[in-house]
Amino acid sequence: MNWTGFIFVASIGRWAIELTHGLGRAGLFLGEVFIQFDVLFRRPRLLIQQLYSVGVLTVLIIILSGFFVGMVLGLQGYNTLVGFGAESSLGLAVAKLLTRELGPVLTALLFTGRAGSALTAEIGLMKATEQIAALEMMAVNPVRRIIASRFFAAVLSVPLLTAMFCVVGVFGGHLVGVEMLGVDSGVFWSSMQQGVDLYDDIFGGLIKSLVFGFFIGWIALNQGYFCQPNSAGISRATTATVVTSSLAVFSLNYCLTALMFSA
Amino acid sequence: MPSAGSIEFDGELVKPADKKKLYCQRRKMGMLFQSSALLTDLSVFENVAFPVREHTDLPEDIIRLIVLIKLEMVGLRGAANLMPSELSGGMARRVALARAIALDPDLVMYDEPFTGLDPISMGVIVKLIRELNDALNLTSIVVTHDIAEGCSIADYIYIVGNRNLIGHGTVEQLADSNDPLVKQFMAGLPDGPVAYHYPASPFENELSRS
Repeated sequence: MNWTGFIFVASIGRWAIELTHGLGRAGLFLGEVFIQFDVLFRRPRLLIQQLYSVGVLTVLIIILSGFFVGMVLGLQGYNTLVGFGAESSLGLAVAKLLTRELGPVLTALLFTGRAGSALTAEIGLMKATEQIAALEMMAVNPVRRIIASRFFAAVLSVPLLTAMFCVVGVFGGHLVGVEMLGVDSGVFWSSMQQGVDLYDDIFGGLIKSLVFGFFIGWIALNQGYFCQPNSAGISRATTATVVTSSLAVFSLNYCLTALMFSA
Repeated sequence: MPSAGSIEFDGELVKPADKKKLYCQRRKMGMLFQSSALLTDLSVFENVAFPVREHTDLPEDIIRLIVLIKLEMVGLRGAANLMPSELSGGMARRVALARAIALDPDLVMYDEPFTGLDPISMGVIVKLIRELNDALNLTSIVVTHDIAEGCSIADYIYIVGNRNLIGHGTVEQLADSNDPLVKQFMAGLPDGPVAYHYPASPFENELSRS
């Protein structure tokens, strides 16, 4: 075998070892977070602070985006449905699309950009400025004190934000479809009432968003906690959070859709 | 983790694998980081109160007293309400020192406490380390490159270089040492057993090549 071929094979081997090592470390990290679960009940203040900075501060971008997405759905849905004389189903179409797919996925992507990257940068900077090492030296478990609350705040925030996204989106669709394009308001709401199923559509979407929140929180905190503690490392980790989380959201969304809605 | 031998603290082995025991032992240690490592989202008061809040259930008025006593020791009681971003480097290090002694440890470790300070702040820190050591009956381990300041307060010195222990002794013993390596270190000479030149092939080879 020639020399370049050898290097190529060796680089695959090293990549595989690094990947396995990274996955194992991330798994142990997640396990440690769950072991420290009780801190949420002993010190609820930590969780509430993080719910504010991770969740509440993301509400504005979620509401604005949800409204515009709903308006687009109302417009495009109307244009498509009116060709079949089916514009009476506009409310149903908007609501189903939002609760099943667009709400969870777009909320998760927005959450990644707004809160996930911030979590990675925050934890990474705490590591770079030796704050995490200082916690260790003060006999304070950093996973318990700063990671667990952030992780569970992400898991709880994403479903709540998704619910807001969907509700606002429906009103956006209503504004365009009913107020501007003249679909009957009663028909808009009643088609939604008849067609949207509590379990299939709404719970299905919420389960999706729970899974997304879980993975975004895990990826973001893991990236921050194990980043190279310098400016280049933090920048790489923040990018990796957004890229990995986005890809995870899209691929998981397909898997969950296939699992829940294929029957 | 030591590459050879073992570490003992307060008569007990230190085992990094036993997290619970390690955390117990760390409660009796304080550490001052070179970067101070203050928690940037907490005020000076809360930074010093942090270890007390984490490890005790003391009522708020007692915590307040403890924190103010520690801040008074480092001369920063008046700065209690400032945020870490509002402090100078020397002040931040003094706050970190107050935090390190908040739980009245037996041992305080200093990582390069004199680095990057202006002369006044440095003088303050040098004086503080010695005074706290005596007043609180501490064991203090200071890691430093600053021979003069280190010698001015140290009881016993170990010199580490070339990945080895080069020498140890009191300040007088080291000053009188005949070991050329110890001499080079104590006087800060540019050339000696630790060569000025990074190892390289003879310069003639380099010149004859062109």
